[in-house]
Amino acid sequence: MKHIISVLVENRFGSLNRVAAMFSARGFNLESISIGETEDPEISRMTIVTRGDDQIINQVLKQLNRLIDTIKVTDLTRQPHVERELLLMTLKLSKTTQHEIFELINVFKGKVVDIKQKSITIEVIGSPDKINTSIDIFKPYGIKELARSGVVAIHRGE
Amino acid sequence: MHTTGQILNGSEIFFECLRRENVEYIFGYPGGSLLKVYETLHDVEDIRHILVRHEQGATHMAEGYARATGKPGVVLVTSGPGATNTVTGIANAYMDSSPIVVFTGQVPSSLIGNDAFQEADIVGITRPITKHNFLVKDVKELAITIRKAFYLATTGRPGPVVVDMPKDVLAATCAFEWPETVEIRGFKPTFKCHKNQIEKAAHKIAKAKRPLLYVGGGVITAEASEELRTLAIKYNIPVTMTLQGLGSFPGNHPLSMGMLGMHGTYWANQAVNNCDLLIAVGARFDDRVTGKIDAFATQAYKIHNDIDPTNVDKNIKVDLPVVGDSKDFLASLLEEMPEKTEDREPWLADIQKWRKKCPLSYTIEPDSLKTEFVIEEVSKQTAGNAVVVTDVGQHQMWTTQFYTFLNPRSIISSGGLGTMGYGLPAAIGAAFGVTDRPIILFCGDGGFMMNIQELVTAVYSRIPIKIFLINNSYLGMVRQWQELFHKEKYSFTDLGDSNPDFVKLAEAFGCKALMADNPENAKEAIKIALDYNEGPVLVDCRVVRKDMVFPMVPAGGAISDMLLARLNPKTMV
Repeated sequence: MKHIISVLVENRFGSLNRVAAMFSARGFNLESISIGETEDPEISRMTIVTRGDDQIINQVLKQLNRLIDTIKVTDLTRQPHVERELLLMTLKLSKTTQHEIFELINVFKGKVVDIKQKSITIEVIGSPDKINTSIDIFKPYGIKELARSGVVAIHRGE
Repeated sequence: MHTTGQILNGSEIFFECLRRENVEYIFGYPGGSLLKVYETLHDVEDIRHILVRHEQGATHMAEGYARATGKPGVVLVTSGPGATNTVTGIANAYMDSSPIVVFTGQVPSSLIGNDAFQEADIVGITRPITKHNFLVKDVKELAITIRKAFYLATTGRPGPVVVDMPKDVLAATCAFEWPETVEIRGFKPTFKCHKNQIEKAAHKIAKAKRPLLYVGGGVITAEASEELRTLAIKYNIPVTMTLQGLGSFPGNHPLSMGMLGMHGTYWANQAVNNCDLLIAVGARFDDRVTGKIDAFATQAYKIHNDIDPTNVDKNIKVDLPVVGDSKDFLASLLEEMPEKTEDREPWLADIQKWRKKCPLSYTIEPDSLKTEFVIEEVSKQTAGNAVVVTDVGQHQMWTTQFYTFLNPRSIISSGGLGTMGYGLPAAIGAAFGVTDRPIILFCGDGGFMMNIQELVTAVYSRIPIKIFLINNSYLGMVRQWQELFHKEKYSFTDLGDSNPDFVKLAEAFGCKALMADNPENAKEAIKIALDYNEGPVLVDCRVVRKDMVFPMVPAGGAISDMLLARLNPKTMV
């Protein structure tokens, strides 16, 4: 089963490496990892997407906790949370397709971030499911390049 | 002794911090990045620097010292190759949870990342084999980092910590500040066991008809042997120990079952199979202990106490986890235990039957020497009071079977990593830490050659270790597996033609050396070695070449299915 784990770590060089290295050393699956500073500049938040049965996920959580640079580890999967991913994608553009592409951007509540004669760059924000769907839908128009941010997630407020 | 507020350079701060951490010995080797440190060291009188002959030796010495004393071992090496040579020793300390602090020199900060001369990213290299590691970027951070390093290495489940110190940081100056306390927000080990869990455990122990204590190195680290002894004896619970747990319970007590697992005793493994309650204390269900997981202690309700929560449910699913210090676990259990428990006599009678069915034994012949005899004879002549260090292989397993360990901190052996070459330096380190007990080293001829250079260190420091070289001129354990499981293809395990004359070799180092090749002269040589205290002594024990260690659980097999003897007696020549 897929799990989203939120980890607060010391904002120091090497923290990301320690986490990533632990995953590879212990053979845990690491689907995506994203990291950024929090409201406290000494602390960063990592959002990790991983897969495994309960026994494996328990080990993942404990091994994360065991790292000295981790301050707090939360499995958001088991709690109310919001998850988002950002997709940036450049598509081929032609007179025949541009109308449909603009319609689809609206359907996905996306934005145009750049447009050229023969290409268009768009952004889509949403759950990983929505991002996957949008990639599938835009594929026939010709994807030149794409970049995904990986999931970021947070608890729902009280 | 320097005072706080005084302006010091990094090297002076380094030694002042070690002084305040009560460091007695540094195992080290100088080099370019450490010139400033060694300049300062020249005038340091209260901390003794032991010059090793290879940095790997320094790490094993530090670990031997740490395991013998319980105090952290300290290593000091230069950057690049000096640092990379410590990797095996660090990995060994990590697997066996030994507190060592390794200080590495580093190229100047401005050159880091430039592929400078003698540069290696030792923080990157040692990340997966340390409890934690640091690169000190500012001399103002040096004291607090050293404080944290010692705190992390020794607190909770111990382990190795690396502190990387660039050359410019060691020369820069600042006002010395010594933090009295240390606070690391990401490191809060649980010492106190949960009361509810203890109550449940006490209840289960009282109700069990066939309980078994399975005890590991955590009990020795936690200094909980006293509590273990009380619990086992008061409630009549047999005790089996891992390699690192030997000595936590006296091996000559009727409740002692010896070691369990791959080369454990037949009766200990039978007891694991038949117990209705398994109480694991400070042990981690290592694959050499469990054999086939699905067939391990299938009838037992399993209680598992460990200070490291990652050990719980890692290899084996347990019924009652109790995270916390093993001393607190055992002491709290003693408080919670009811007066009356189930009768254990029928269970102890079963164990007695297994013990009689397949005891540990060997034959003595007048004109050949068996390793078992050498070990048992040393055990007798030292009355089980020695600190016994081993290398890795057959002699290591025979040591667990034929030396009777009576006290904690009596066996020092590479368990997790299985590092050949560990024994000699570890014995030297132990001898620096412990001077009131004999230090014995059992070492194979293969492993002895892997860190032979440290014999110099023992000789010039006049370290009275007693080296029993178990010389069968084979990589005996590998040979055993080749015979049993690899079609008798003895690839590259016969050292007979290439081994040196070990007596002459030892003498060339300035080490007293003897030879033994039968029970009679071995007995005499052991006596001479134990009486000799002017420096190291080596006894070249020319043992039977093709002996095998039994009983044995084949790798991945169930511990109920032990091989009890050689399959084909003809191969024993």
